[in-house]
Amino acid sequence: MSFPAAARVSLADAQLRRNLGKATSLIREKRLRAVAEVPDWEALRAAGEAIKASAMARLPEVLEQLEQSVTAAGGVVHWARDGAEANAIVAGIARANGTDEVIKVKSLATDEIGLNEALERDGIRAIETDLAELIVQLAGDRQSHILVPAIHKNRAEIRALFERTIASGESLGDGAAAIAEAARRHLRAKFLSVPVAVSGANFGVAETGTVVVVESEGNGRMCVTLPRVLVTVMGIEKVLPAWRDLEVFLQLLPRSSTAERMNPYTSLWTGVTAGDGPREFHLVLLDNGRTRVLADEVGRAALHCIRCSACLNVCPVYERVGGQAYESVYPGPIGAILTPQLRGLDAAPSLPWASTLCGACYEVCPVKIDIPSILIHLRGRVVREQKSALSPEALAMKAMAAAFGSRRRYEAAQRLARLGRGPLAKAALPGWTAMRDLPEPPKETFREWWKRRQG
Amino acid sequence: MRVALFVTCFNDTLFPDTGRAVVSLLERLGCSVEFPLEQTCCGQMHANSGYDADALLARFERVFASDVVVSPSASCVAHVRSHLPGIRAFELTEFLVDELGVVDVGASFPHRVVLHPTCHSLRLLRVGDRPRRLLEAVRGIDLVDLNAAEECCGFGGTFAVKNADTSMAMLSDKLRHVLDSRAEVCTAADTSCLMHIGGALRRQRAGVRTMHLAEILAAQE
Repeated sequence: MSFPAAARVSLADAQLRRNLGKATSLIREKRLRAVAEVPDWEALRAAGEAIKASAMARLPEVLEQLEQSVTAAGGVVHWARDGAEANAIVAGIARANGTDEVIKVKSLATDEIGLNEALERDGIRAIETDLAELIVQLAGDRQSHILVPAIHKNRAEIRALFERTIASGESLGDGAAAIAEAARRHLRAKFLSVPVAVSGANFGVAETGTVVVVESEGNGRMCVTLPRVLVTVMGIEKVLPAWRDLEVFLQLLPRSSTAERMNPYTSLWTGVTAGDGPREFHLVLLDNGRTRVLADEVGRAALHCIRCSACLNVCPVYERVGGQAYESVYPGPIGAILTPQLRGLDAAPSLPWASTLCGACYEVCPVKIDIPSILIHLRGRVVREQKSALSPEALAMKAMAAAFGSRRRYEAAQRLARLGRGPLAKAALPGWTAMRDLPEPPKETFREWWKRRQG
Repeated sequence: MRVALFVTCFNDTLFPDTGRAVVSLLERLGCSVEFPLEQTCCGQMHANSGYDADALLARFERVFASDVVVSPSASCVAHVRSHLPGIRAFELTEFLVDELGVVDVGASFPHRVVLHPTCHSLRLLRVGDRPRRLLEAVRGIDLVDLNAAEECCGFGGTFAVKNADTSMAMLSDKLRHVLDSRAEVCTAADTSCLMHIGGALRRQRAGVRTMHLAEILAAQE
C-alpha cells in the first residue's frame, strides 16, 4: 500500500490517534527536560555525527577489526549479505544446539529480516521477551514505534490481550503491576529453560570486540546471560571504531530515546568468559542493503542512526498516522529515508513524501542526520529514476518551470490563472478543496499594482 | 536604505495585499523599495518536490545579484539562502529587527491576534522571537498565545495534496488551537501556510481571518 493509502486507514482510528497523541506529547516534554540538563549537548551531537561519519568512511577496515577482536575473545563471526543468509545462520545455530525455541532480546535488525517468521518455517519458535514486543507478538500485530513497538495500544487493550493469552483467562484488574506480573511469570519460565538467545546490538566496538545492548526492562540482560548460546545479529553500520566512542553514545542515546539520564540496563560482553554467561557466542554481521545505502553520498547519513526514536516522537506526521502506515520496522522520519534506501526506491516510492519538511526531526536527532535534506534528495531520485517524465505531475512541473523561465511567459500565465486556466491555475485539486476553500484570485496581481503605481 | 523586494510568485499571483503591505511598511521606515520586474519564482516548490530547479535559481541570482533582498516569505528565503550563499536575502522580520534595528514599526492594529510561527521561519531561518517582538510593539493589539504553536500546520507544499488526509489531520489540530485562542486574526510569516489555515477557516465559516504579518505591521487603524 502507498503511504497516503495506509495513512488514511490509521487516521480513521480515533483510539489510535488518542493513544499516540498522549504518548508522544509526554515523551517530547520529558526529552526536552533531559536534554536541557546537559551543558555540552550540541558538542556531544557533533561528536556523535563525526564518529559515525568516520566509521562509515572506513567501514571495511573497521568491520575486519571487529571480526578479529571478537574471534580473539572466543566468539564466532558470520557474514550475511541479506536477510535470508542471516536467518539461515541463526536457524543453523539453533538446530545444532537441539532446540526448537529461542528467546529474543528486542531487536530491529531481526525484525527487518523477518527472523521470527523464518525460524517458524524451520520449526523453531522465537519468543519475544521485551514487554512491548511480546504484546505485539501475542496480538499477531505489527510494531508501530522503534522503541515502544506497542505505543499504539493502551493499558486496557493490553490487559485484555494478556487475559486472553498468557494469563489463560485469569482476570488481571486495572493495575499496571498485575499486568506486568503476568508477563513476568510467562517470561521467567523461558529465561530458565531455553538454551539459545538471539539479540541485536546497539553498538559493536571494533577495538575490543565488545557488543553492547541498551535496554530498560532487564529482560535483555536475562537473555544475554542465562542461556548457553547467544547469537547477536548486528547491522554492519552499528560498528564503532573505539571503546571510548561509547562515552558519547551512551550519553546521547538514553536522553534522546526514553528521556532518561541513564538507561536502567547496559549489557556489554566480549566473546565468551569461562564460568560467566553463555558458553558460545556468535556475531552475525548483516548487510541487507546497507552497502548500497553507503554508495549514496547524500543518503548514506541515514546509516548514522542509533535508533533512539526521538524523530518519531516529534514528527507531526508520525504523531497522527502511527508507525504501521510506514509499513516497515523503521517508521517515522528516519524510516522515510531508511526504508526506501534499504529496500530500493521502487519498493517504497511514496515514503520520501511522507513529510512536510517541517524540520523537527533534524532538530532533535542526536547524531544530526539532516533528514529533510535527505528526503528532498530521495524525492529527486524517485522523480529521476522511478517516475515517468510524462506523468501528469511531471508535465505540470515542467509547464510551471517553463512559465517561470521568462517574464513574458510568467505574466501570461498569471493572466490565464485569473481565468482558472494555464500552468499556474490549481483549480483541479480535490485533495485541497475537500477541506479548504481556494483563495479568490485577486483583481490585480502585485506586479500589475506596482506598474500602475509607477505610472 | 535601498532594498529589492522579492515578493514571491505565490504572493504576486494570489496575495498581492501582502506585497503592497511590505512596500508601504518599508517606505514608512525610510527604505527605498525596488521591485525588479524580471523576478518570477525561486524554484522552492520544484526543488522540494524532487524536480530540477537550477535554472530558476540561476535566474533568481541574475535578477537579484547586486541587491539587498527583502521577502515576506520565510520558506522562499530559506531556499534561496541555502542554495545561493552569495545573495543577501532577508526575511521581512529579520530585515526589520537586524538590519533596520526597529521593533516598533509604528503600526496600530486594535484586534485580537494569534501568531503561527511557521516551520521554515523557526527551524530553517531561526528567526526566533522576532515576529513576536514586532507584534508586541503594535499599538492596540491583543496578542494571545497559541497552543502547540511550534507544531507544523500540515501544509508542506505538495504534501497538502499528495498526503491530503494526513495534512487535514494536522490542520484540524492547528485549527482547534487557533479557535481555542479566540483570536479574530491568525497571522504568520508565510502566506502559504496561511492559505492552508485560512482556506479551512473560511470553509468552516469560522469568522477568523488570516493576514500576513506584513499586513499587521503596515496597518495604522
